[in-house]
Amino acid sequence: MADRSAFSPENLTANRTLFWIAAVLAALMLAPVLWILGLSLKNNQDLMHGTDAVFRAPYTLKNYADILVNSQVFGWFLNSLIVATGQTLGVLTLCSLAGYAFARLEFPFRRAIFIIVLFGLAVPEQAVIIARHQMFNWVGLHNTHIALMLPGMSSAFGVFLMTQFFNAIPKEIDEAAMLDNTSQFRIFWKVLLPLTLPAQATLGIFTFLLAWNDYWWPLISATKKEMYTLTIGIASTQTNFAQSEGLGFLSAQAIFASLPVVIVYIFFQRHIVTAVSGGAVK
Amino acid sequence: MAESYRRSRWSNALFVAPYLVVFFALLVFPLFWGMWLSLNKVDLFGGGQFIGLRNYARVLSDPVFHQAVRNTVVFVAVSVPTLVGLGLFLALALNKTTRGSSFLRGLYFSSSILSVTIVTLIWRIVFIPNDGLMALIFNVLGLEPIGFLSTKGWSLFSVGVATVWWCIGLPMMLLLAALQQIPADLYEAAALDNAGKWRVLTRITLPSIKPTIMLVAVIQIVMQFQLFGQALIMTNGGPAGSSRPIVMYIYETAFIRWDVGMGAAASELLFVIILCAAMFQYWISSRKEVA
Repeated sequence: MADRSAFSPENLTANRTLFWIAAVLAALMLAPVLWILGLSLKNNQDLMHGTDAVFRAPYTLKNYADILVNSQVFGWFLNSLIVATGQTLGVLTLCSLAGYAFARLEFPFRRAIFIIVLFGLAVPEQAVIIARHQMFNWVGLHNTHIALMLPGMSSAFGVFLMTQFFNAIPKEIDEAAMLDNTSQFRIFWKVLLPLTLPAQATLGIFTFLLAWNDYWWPLISATKKEMYTLTIGIASTQTNFAQSEGLGFLSAQAIFASLPVVIVYIFFQRHIVTAVSGGAVK
Repeated sequence: MAESYRRSRWSNALFVAPYLVVFFALLVFPLFWGMWLSLNKVDLFGGGQFIGLRNYARVLSDPVFHQAVRNTVVFVAVSVPTLVGLGLFLALALNKTTRGSSFLRGLYFSSSILSVTIVTLIWRIVFIPNDGLMALIFNVLGLEPIGFLSTKGWSLFSVGVATVWWCIGLPMMLLLAALQQIPADLYEAAALDNAGKWRVLTRITLPSIKPTIMLVAVIQIVMQFQLFGQALIMTNGGPAGSSRPIVMYIYETAFIRWDVGMGAAASELLFVIILCAAMFQYWISSRKEVA
């Protein structure tokens, strides 16, 4: 009999033709990005006469330099960084505590509360955003970083994910710690939390991306230009678009704004895929 | 001692308290407050006046809302099968442990991490009437370039192209995970029977991942019903409202015209649609466990 791998599932589902079709499609998918990258390296004046100039030298980094001196774009970048970092820290704290309790502790109505929280997974943003906007209006919090961070912290997804992760830790570990008469909080803090570091990374990176890419809430909450996040700011510079005026600069903005998430993605691809697929992909 | 640790205590609830405060303040309360708002006449300055179901009557008789529902349903009906079909194809094609496959998987998923602003910026530049990448390609092919984002019929299609480009990663990854969970002995048995590739695909592979295919379809239905940013930024719903989705209708009603009550009513209607889809998803996934 031929070697066993001939019967492996992958050999019987994937074949070379399919692979090459997928490779060609990938090239098509990449084409718009390469197009933008090319435009971003061109002088805006050259592009005025026609964008086919992108296929000819000279190329320049001037558009990127313009972004760095354009304090507006840089300020938006900082806002995004503050909001995404703050929201991530908040989510990790709240969800780790809650996940630990749901997975390990007994308290009245534990199951009922957990089920209510799970129902939160089914609530789409548009069902709450109008009321949220009014609530933040009552307390005068619009156009603050806090207002941009808070709504994301109510997401039930993180609690669900952390509960799963704490459940996956063998109970013997905290039972051993209990014999030493360690307090619950110390068991959580010193024994279990270090074991959840990979889970923290997964949830943390996922939350960071979600906050960084959030669109609707910052669109209505941050109405002052200096409070824009990068996502909103870049959308706001897309007016007067029909003329190819400033096309190189716009393209450079697209590349610049996606750079942080692309870097995060390259380094933490596995964590991101795990989180996005709700733990279905390992 | 382990016994006392397991005992139910109110103090244990302190660990969930911080999350629950945020959960009730920013999810549960707004959910019910939104329902209340939909029954009131509310404008920018607040001032609620209970008017019963009149907001719902106004939304349901608004031709702009009808158009938005039509647009959204057409969008979902075309984009979801595309995403599931393409995702299934990619999962089958890239279900290998080779470097090339792993690279392509990473590439296909990479667009999903971009923000809607970047995705739309990229595609707007690609779709610019005379100078965009599409126009160049059309010129090379000797065709008359189209104003993709400003032509009725093409605008929603163009939003769909950008959406599929943006969202294809998740269906592919979920289906790949399902493919990898098919027991190897099923394939070994098929190989011993000398079953052809097509038979293996239609008799073993597809039936084995059918629950996941359904799950992916429902996730996508829920997601694509919430189409918003792409349409708002790329076409602003135009021309003549031909690419305005429901969420954009809600946004314009509540935050541009500040008819808060009417916007809330429209959002409750969409919530019902999405909830039905989500319950359908739950029903499917619970059936999966039984099987």
